[in-house]
Amino acid sequence: MTRYIIRRLLAAIPTLLAMLTMVFVLVRLVPGDAAMAMLGDQASEASLSALRARLGLDQPIGVQYLAFLRDMLGGNFGVSMSSGRPVLEEVARVLPYTLELTAASIIIGAIFGLPLGMVAALYRNAWPDYVSRILSLTGLSFPGFVSGILMLLAFAVYLRWFPVMSIASDNIVDHLRNLALPALNLGLIMTAYITRVTRSSMLNVLGEDYIRTARAKGVPPRRLIMRHGLRNALIPVVTVVGLYFGTLIGNSVLVELVFTRPGLGKLILGALQARDYTLLQGLMVIFASFVILVNILTDLIYAVVDPRVSYS
Amino acid sequence: MTAVTETIPARKPNVLLQTLNRNRLSWVGIGLLALILLSAIFAPLLAPHDPLQQNILNRLEGPSPEFWLGTDSYGRDVLSRLLYGTRVSLLVGFLSVLIAMTVGSAIGIFAGYVGGMVDQLIMGLVDVMLSFPTLLLGLMVAAMLGASLENLIIAIAITETAPFVRIARAPTISAKRKEYVEAGRALGFSPLRIMGVHILPNILSDIVVVASLWMASAIRTEASLSFIGLGVQPPTPTWGGMIREGFENILSSWWLVVFPSLAILLTVLALNILGDALRDAIDPKLKGES
Amino acid sequence: MTALLDIRGLTTEFRVNGRWHAAIQDVDLSLAANETLAVVGESGSGKSVTALSTLRLLPQAGARIGRGEILFEGRDLAKLSERQMAKVRGNDIAMIFQEPMTSLNPTMTVGDQIAEVLMIHRGMSHGAALNEARDLLDEVRVPDPARRVTEYPHQFSGGMRQRAMIAIALACRPKVLLADEPTTALDVTVQHQVLTLLDDLKRERGMGVIFITHNLGVVAQIADRVAVMYAGEIVETADCTRLFANPAHPYTEALLRAMPRVDRRADTLEPIPGSVPSITGRPAGCYFAPRCGYARPECGHHPVLGPISGAGGSDHQARCILRAKAEEAA
Repeated sequence: MTRYIIRRLLAAIPTLLAMLTMVFVLVRLVPGDAAMAMLGDQASEASLSALRARLGLDQPIGVQYLAFLRDMLGGNFGVSMSSGRPVLEEVARVLPYTLELTAASIIIGAIFGLPLGMVAALYRNAWPDYVSRILSLTGLSFPGFVSGILMLLAFAVYLRWFPVMSIASDNIVDHLRNLALPALNLGLIMTAYITRVTRSSMLNVLGEDYIRTARAKGVPPRRLIMRHGLRNALIPVVTVVGLYFGTLIGNSVLVELVFTRPGLGKLILGALQARDYTLLQGLMVIFASFVILVNILTDLIYAVVDPRVSYS
Repeated sequence: MTAVTETIPARKPNVLLQTLNRNRLSWVGIGLLALILLSAIFAPLLAPHDPLQQNILNRLEGPSPEFWLGTDSYGRDVLSRLLYGTRVSLLVGFLSVLIAMTVGSAIGIFAGYVGGMVDQLIMGLVDVMLSFPTLLLGLMVAAMLGASLENLIIAIAITETAPFVRIARAPTISAKRKEYVEAGRALGFSPLRIMGVHILPNILSDIVVVASLWMASAIRTEASLSFIGLGVQPPTPTWGGMIREGFENILSSWWLVVFPSLAILLTVLALNILGDALRDAIDPKLKGES
Repeated sequence: MTALLDIRGLTTEFRVNGRWHAAIQDVDLSLAANETLAVVGESGSGKSVTALSTLRLLPQAGARIGRGEILFEGRDLAKLSERQMAKVRGNDIAMIFQEPMTSLNPTMTVGDQIAEVLMIHRGMSHGAALNEARDLLDEVRVPDPARRVTEYPHQFSGGMRQRAMIAIALACRPKVLLADEPTTALDVTVQHQVLTLLDDLKRERGMGVIFITHNLGVVAQIADRVAVMYAGEIVETADCTRLFANPAHPYTEALLRAMPRVDRRADTLEPIPGSVPSITGRPAGCYFAPRCGYARPECGHHPVLGPISGAGGSDHQARCILRAKAEEAA
């Protein structure tokens, strides 16, 4: 197992380097350069060159690249141009809100998606299957912000069950009420996704020879589905949900905006509006590293759930 | 020579039609798409008003016989704007996927055909691209390039190139080992000709199926970026932009956000239904499944 | 000898494109304790369907038992509820399969998979069941059972997995074992070891074994009686020695000619031309007629399975008009 973890971590190094290179190139795609984009067309040549020197943009490209790699790998993501605070600190301040939202939506998605997907697989091509397939396809077709707005309209504006705007509060009940709608919104999309993945994974497993063996042993239906079916069907579900994590955070960014929740979404939008390229660059790197980390964790969970992985 | 071309397996179109017939839902998708396409093409004829015509006297009116879907905060007709907005969504969706498909498949076929270190390097990059969510990558690229129709298409195309690389690569590797390709190589055909004439036709159907699914995603991304303000700039009507503007008046005027929301949902859903049915038709292993 | 398992007129149907077609029809088989009955035939002849129908393991969505009785100790299994049936499976009647590589659950230890049967049918505690599992692995001659019991299937070789499958099947001391080509996927030497093991266990426990195979060499080695199946029907049944000496049905004859033997040169092997008709495309009349060298106009009538003349006191039956006639004429 230890050897497997080490191997998996080593395999992430080229991915990390490739990602950093991509971010580096992307930032240099800015028309003109970052300095001009930040200060606008009217900026004086003197202030432009001062900013270029501060950003290291006056150096040869190779030197810029190496300096960039050194900074990023050393965890030095620079200072936000707009707020003057370190990028890492800015991110750390809002990350808990986003993580809380994504975690809640994954939990909601698992609670509803797993049973729905299982029922769909067990009643394949009967009405429960059709209903769950149409529901999950509809859920997957919603851009997160669209379903968010519709929910906001229905539950906050008309029914008034939940607040329209999230207001920071130390009261746990208020806190949960603020979290409820955005989490439910992302949770329903997550449910659609997990339902779909669980259904197809479960169908694959139910066709396996070892399920027939278990039936031949006289394993009763409930145990057959839970112990022999679900346990094996979960393995691909875990992987796919792990891979979906990035998309989930992407969705949560927009949902945070709809529900005026603090979090990465507000930070990113603020950085975009202020043309704060150091913050954007730092956000991209931190975000991508986070996704890579989650992918590694997913693989490790996979190794725990599936005894075949860590031995081979 | 003839033997080489004869052994290329071809898919019969009637198999496709059969599968579409078996899956009745797919006709709902096709019908919806046809309707959406028609309203985009004939928007000038169908729209009851000029989508850009402002009228302060009629601002924020609810649905009525005069304005079926109401008016926005500038007094513009929501139905007309919705119909014109279809054009932007379909155009961005179609062109970005076309670019992603062309560039991605070319890279994928190249990587699969060449193999070795080049292949590994390309696939490493693809993995990074894939682990980055489309929406955030599109957001970053659009922000770097600046907001305009062309940049929006390029940004979305960049986010969706990686999946096509992957889809084109795997069948290329297996096609490379097939007799007709090896025969082609033995006959001294150039690699470019082998890739273009012998490999591309065999993987084209798979690529097209995936393209329909990614077009759904592209339209979703377009709407999201327009909602943030990184899409086609006003006053051009876009669905995402309409929701963005309507969001300010959400407490009083529900019609401003509900109708464009439904338009986005139905378009993406129709494409998803069709993509699912097509995937069933192409992949015999998945027959009858999700 | 009273029958332990008595299958009468069993007909199993599959749904193909919305219509039900018989995959096996009017199958009669009986099995006594301490007896090995081999069911032979090419692939597609319906031998596996027969075994799966007996334990009612076919997928419920696309298959059904159309007619017939499956009498086990006088009880008709075809009439039992799914819950009652689960109590029979693995307890009174057990089954082992062709593919040892995929027939074990990859996420459960081998020990747990053996223990599970004991916990379900015997109500044993997990600990007691695991102890018993270790003894069972020892009994099926898996070396180092104390260690093996905690390992996962992917750590087992093919032959070892099939032994583990046998341990699972025999854990509750079933009276009947259905073995569906259990040695087909194994190497020849391992195949021989597993066959010997099965034969020994049968003797020790007095089990009835239905052994499904397409390999007549295996039949000769282990069977007491043989039933030959073709296109979903039994076409001949006889004692093992009698069948090999005097095959009555042209299909059996053809199978024997196609069988490699030590005392014959390989180039005298005659493969049977053509293939088994699909369940939707069976000919009118005798199903074997299109591939039969002896076919005549009379073969347009579908023959019944009946005693052949000249069988003496033996229970030798065949489903062939011509062969029965020819014997009468002689």
